[in-house]
Amino acid sequence: MAEKHYTVISESGIHARPATLLVQTASKFDSDIQLEYKGKRVNLKSIMGVMSLGIGKGAEIIISAEGSDAEEALNSLEELLKKEGLA
Amino acid sequence: MSFISGIAASGGIAIGKAYILNEPDLSFDEKQIDNPDKEIERFRSAIAASKAELEGIRSHASESLGEDKAAIFDAHLLVLSDPELLTPIEEKITKDKVNAEHALQETAGMFITMFEQMDNEYMRERAADIRDVEKRVLSHLLGVRLSSPSMIAEEVIIIAEDLTPSDTAQLNKELVKGFATDIGGRTSHSAIMARSLEIPAVVGTKEATKKIENGDMIIVDGLNGLVHINPTQEATDEYEAIQKKLEIEKQEWAKLKNEKTVTADGHHVELAANIGRPVDLEGVINNGAEGIGLYRTEFLYMDKEKLPSEEEQFEAYKEVLEGMEGKSVVVRTLDIGGDKKLPYLSLPNEMNPFLGFRAIRLCLEEQELFRPQLRALLRASAYGNLKIMFPMIASIDEFRQAKSVLKEEKEKLQKAGHQVSKDIEVGIMIEIPSAAVMADQFAKEADFFSIGTNDLIQYTMAADRMNEQVSYLYQPYNPAILRLIHMVIEAAHAEGKWAGMCGEMAGDETAIPLLLGLGLDEFSMSATSILKARSQISHLNKKDMEALAEKALHMNTAEEVVQAVKEAAKL
Repeated sequence: MAEKHYTVISESGIHARPATLLVQTASKFDSDIQLEYKGKRVNLKSIMGVMSLGIGKGAEIIISAEGSDAEEALNSLEELLKKEGLA
Repeated sequence: MSFISGIAASGGIAIGKAYILNEPDLSFDEKQIDNPDKEIERFRSAIAASKAELEGIRSHASESLGEDKAAIFDAHLLVLSDPELLTPIEEKITKDKVNAEHALQETAGMFITMFEQMDNEYMRERAADIRDVEKRVLSHLLGVRLSSPSMIAEEVIIIAEDLTPSDTAQLNKELVKGFATDIGGRTSHSAIMARSLEIPAVVGTKEATKKIENGDMIIVDGLNGLVHINPTQEATDEYEAIQKKLEIEKQEWAKLKNEKTVTADGHHVELAANIGRPVDLEGVINNGAEGIGLYRTEFLYMDKEKLPSEEEQFEAYKEVLEGMEGKSVVVRTLDIGGDKKLPYLSLPNEMNPFLGFRAIRLCLEEQELFRPQLRALLRASAYGNLKIMFPMIASIDEFRQAKSVLKEEKEKLQKAGHQVSKDIEVGIMIEIPSAAVMADQFAKEADFFSIGTNDLIQYTMAADRMNEQVSYLYQPYNPAILRLIHMVIEAAHAEGKWAGMCGEMAGDETAIPLLLGLGLDEFSMSATSILKARSQISHLNKKDMEALAEKALHMNTAEEVVQAVKEAAKL
């Protein structure tokens, strides 16, 4: 299983729009992708799961992926986080 | 004929036939089923049908409301493919052998409860989105058509209990002339949408759906918050005349939206808007305000059950500053205490709340309340043109103290690596006579003045404006008030500073000619008054108004002043 750690830098944290984009991106991959914050893990393909974490600025988050395209998924998600100024 | 009243949510008059948007009957029985696979099949096709419907609504919304407002349906679509929702539902169908309706309602209900309990208001509102999605899927499972605004094929006035985001997104402005709802307030979703679509609306009537029947003739009076049911011919004629007048005025004023505010003889003044919440921005922009002259931050505190965090405040200030795209935004620091209470902050009851422990007096004493607001403002300053204004300043000493707290917080933030704008103007609200009298001294240390007439008048005349027996003394046009305003403006100009006004008086058609003559630089009023004021000012000559003001300063009574204005400004 591959995982990456990030610190959220956007002022409004992971709000509706970024959450939508993250879930849309994650859903393109077959791998099982998880998002962890404050010891709570949710499925990154679940909009309600992601929003329920209430991730704000400064949050330390972990994205992990397991499966055939795990590496590729993590890279795509990282690209999105950077592009959107999230982490 | 009869009428019902509610909250005027969106201005204008609409006349037409009622179209009742029924809350569909989505009730069902909890049933045991024999064939879970078939039930799951049924569930999946309801999801697919809901998705197709939402795609359609999304594309309609993106055309009629813009991509920004359509984005909410992307979230709805994602909910429909959310494995955390779908998997438990299908498991429940398989394991408990219950019908899909029941499994859906139970599972969605869990999420709705979870979001409703979050301490972030934004998240709490997401519960409504899940409910909206749940209803849509249920309607497909039950084969019930959601009565939808997209089905309307003639000009109508919509009558509904409430309008959901998907209802409003489907409104066809050509056909839907106005609407009236049972529930909702000025800032509820339906009211905000009505204003952005510029459809007259009255919300919160409590009984519109009970009193009105399909096909009734309806007049929605969005100016006064009235809904007339089957009006007489006279009433209809009267309203049609108002409608026509509003239409002509609107066309006249709309031409001025992107214009500067200039008198007939070429003198420029600034027309700004007063706001209380970031949602007010829409009106500010639609009405062509040249800035925000008063952002009342109290609402951030009053809308909550606990003190808003620095972060929440920062978000609100940033949203306003970014929304104004570099135009000036004057933010008034917390004006609480006296008659304005906060449920979570215990303040002593006072004999004379208006003369008591409030606004800057309270903030300087309770700095743990004051400092987070200043930090939030300073951090937000990087996103636009921020000006900070302290309320209820009575003495130079208070202003110096407030400025030094601000300076401390600024230095701390800079040391911590935060970006803070270098040119934040810091000014005071002039609402206490002592500050008006000492304006020449204040002008040396303040970057600007904004005159708060509501309080200035009651303090100067020593008359409580809430007390009916002395309300005759609430005289904006009394020469005593005009003289104080004159002193404040002159004092500012002598030091090369600007003077504005953010009280009711600034948008008043009788006061505007006088204020223009007295040399006021900025007029801040409710957004909906701006275009009218701009039109009025464009017909006035600054030189003539100066002569008028000069005369008014030497008159004896408010009546004489009003009379003189009426003649000079042709009111």
